[in-house]
Amino acid sequence: MRKLILSTAALALMSGAALAQETVRLGTEGAYPPYNYLDDNGEVAGYERELGDAICAQAELTCEWVTNDWDSIIPNLVSGNYDVIIAGMSITDERDEVIDFTEAYFPADPSAFISTSDAFDGTGEADAVLADKAFLEPIVAESGGELVFAGEDVILGDGIGIGVRESDGELKDKLNAAIAALKADGTVNTLIEKWFEGMEGPY
Amino acid sequence: MSCLQTIADYGLRSLGFGERLLPSSDFTLCQQFTLIGSGMIWNIYFGVVALALGFFLSTALALGKASDHLIARKASEWFIFLFRGSPLFIQFFFAYFAFLALKSSHPAFDPLTSAWLGAAIVLFLNTSAYAGEIFHGALQSVPKGDIEAAEAYGITGWKRFRRITFPTMLRLAWPAYTNEAIFLFHATTLVFFSGFPAWQQRGDALYYANYFADKTFNPFVPYPILAFYFILLTLTVITIFGLINRRLTRHLPQEARPRMRLRPMLVR
Amino acid sequence: MFACADPQSLEKFDWLVCYLTSGKHVLFYQSFGVVLLLLAITAPVSLAFGFLGASAARSQITPLRWFGKGYTAIVRGVPDIAFFMFFVIALDQFFEYLRHKVKCPDWDLPIRQGSDFIVCAQAKLPLSTAPQWQHETYGFSLAVLTFAIVFGAFAANVLFGAMRSVPHAQLETAEAYGFSRRQTFWRIVVPQMWIYALPGLSNLWMILIKATPLLFLLGVEDIVYWARELGAAKQARFSDYPHGDWRLYYFAALLAFYLLLTRISEIVFARITRRLSHGQATAAGEKQRKAAA
Repeated sequence: MRKLILSTAALALMSGAALAQETVRLGTEGAYPPYNYLDDNGEVAGYERELGDAICAQAELTCEWVTNDWDSIIPNLVSGNYDVIIAGMSITDERDEVIDFTEAYFPADPSAFISTSDAFDGTGEADAVLADKAFLEPIVAESGGELVFAGEDVILGDGIGIGVRESDGELKDKLNAAIAALKADGTVNTLIEKWFEGMEGPY
Repeated sequence: MSCLQTIADYGLRSLGFGERLLPSSDFTLCQQFTLIGSGMIWNIYFGVVALALGFFLSTALALGKASDHLIARKASEWFIFLFRGSPLFIQFFFAYFAFLALKSSHPAFDPLTSAWLGAAIVLFLNTSAYAGEIFHGALQSVPKGDIEAAEAYGITGWKRFRRITFPTMLRLAWPAYTNEAIFLFHATTLVFFSGFPAWQQRGDALYYANYFADKTFNPFVPYPILAFYFILLTLTVITIFGLINRRLTRHLPQEARPRMRLRPMLVR
Repeated sequence: MFACADPQSLEKFDWLVCYLTSGKHVLFYQSFGVVLLLLAITAPVSLAFGFLGASAARSQITPLRWFGKGYTAIVRGVPDIAFFMFFVIALDQFFEYLRHKVKCPDWDLPIRQGSDFIVCAQAKLPLSTAPQWQHETYGFSLAVLTFAIVFGAFAANVLFGAMRSVPHAQLETAEAYGFSRRQTFWRIVVPQMWIYALPGLSNLWMILIKATPLLFLLGVEDIVYWARELGAAKQARFSDYPHGDWRLYYFAALLAFYLLLTRISEIVFARITRRLSHGQATAAGEKQRKAAA
């Protein structure tokens, strides 16, 4: 009897080791609609949720969604608490020094400054908030004139990609292949058109 | 860029002087030390203002809580319970909300939503409640003999309070009050973190530490620097309060002077 | 129950009932349990840390004494928030590093590659194949440990003072009866120190309660996290229950929760104080003795 239990335990361990290659933990913020947010059931939802699930299906990975505070989202990736970041993160040089990015799955959206209507003088971050225009638009619309777009739109970085650890080349290749396939068959475009009103699929 | 140059550029950045744009690449240790140190100006400002004003309100609250007057007692009790019973974090939230509402009703209330005034008020009320409780405890332990002796000498009323009760209360409360001061300085880090926006990136030490952690993606440098500054600040507070304690107890014989043991804790 | 499938069509009251029982709200209610559980576990663990710290600070072995004093001095000098910002990742890496050393002695790649922290798959905590609840439990344990390290330092400070407050004459008496140092400590000091420690410990408990809003910094989805998330304005596109900024109501609920917890704690501590004062050489103990006589 005891031997039997032991052997099933060993079996479980082995299958665990085999699976270890394929469970990928996806880190996101859960507070950046329409990219990612928590729905009424507290589940991660949004463009990136659907895209991430599609990528995992395409690459035959088992995926698990995890939410993490934005401020510590990169330190927790490099520390190994999850395997990828898929959180509306623009590919920038500074981030690229610390982590790697896959191909973009969303084009370089113009970022914009918003500011209270009077304070802005165009010197940058000091007086205003800079973020993706798609995220800011509903906020400005609902502020009743108190917040305005200020200054010129800026194209920040090279689009939005999935962040992976620099040492995780294999995973990055898998994800890249999956993204390329989903761009080719039109899935990415369909999802973009679904989640970003009035935007045409660019791929 | 040499480190002296960095200090010249960023040493007073938290007040809005010097270089306008924060460093955005090639972060040096010197920059982190300078900017986080610059932010400490705010932590010290909030701590000192709240402590200095709070001293008076807390004395009033302690007297109120010990008073026979029903309304004064109930009001003091509720004030202390409300501010000691809820996290500072939530107090900042409600205060900011209330200040925003006031601001939209009349432009005279404008400065309330900026940290230098609004946050200072919240910290002032908060520390008054804590210190009020400490002082009240001390007031209850003023030796009966002292009061009776004063009465025997015909010292009564305001004079008795000023000459006998108040100094004794202070002496008894001082160690716990020192602890409260330390915690108040620690609590000032919550101002920009959870309450008030940092206008034009003028923030406190935690704000800049957070900035660097965010930009370098490495929390293991800026936060220990912040910790280092706070250990210095804490030591300074302990030294200053120790000196005052010496003065408060200078009339007592050497052995009877209570040593500054920071153990009875009435803290946040 | 009502059918919550189509909230737009519901009347006010039904709408509210459906809203307050949505999956997200259930998570919010559960997070109150998380906070209470954290308090219930952290308090004894901090006390244990504090006891060790205070004993170390009293030790006759010099390095141990330095360690005890250094621990209390440094941790108390730093705002808890500064610790919380980097401690959890540091602890996590520390544990994984230890496991890595034990489980994968043959690993020849560097653990730090650039900014990456890499240990072998078997050393991961929890294993990356582990179900989500294990990850959450692990994260929760790290939060408890971080809290315990910080509050242990304060507890050490309180207990150190309390140990010194036990009347000296009693220690001398014990010595005269031939008690060893160890016996004196365990039979005289420890049983009696609690009454002196109680005011400090009860205050510490109050601070601990009020430090829990910082839990979200430690990666635990606590009541403040959910209150913000639920209270934030919701657009109809992203939720079946669109509403404006309702954070005020959610924070009011948190305020009530904290005040209630404080009030209950005050009452409980008043009772404990009365019981512990019994037979003690303190003013309160003396008063009880006289009242009984």
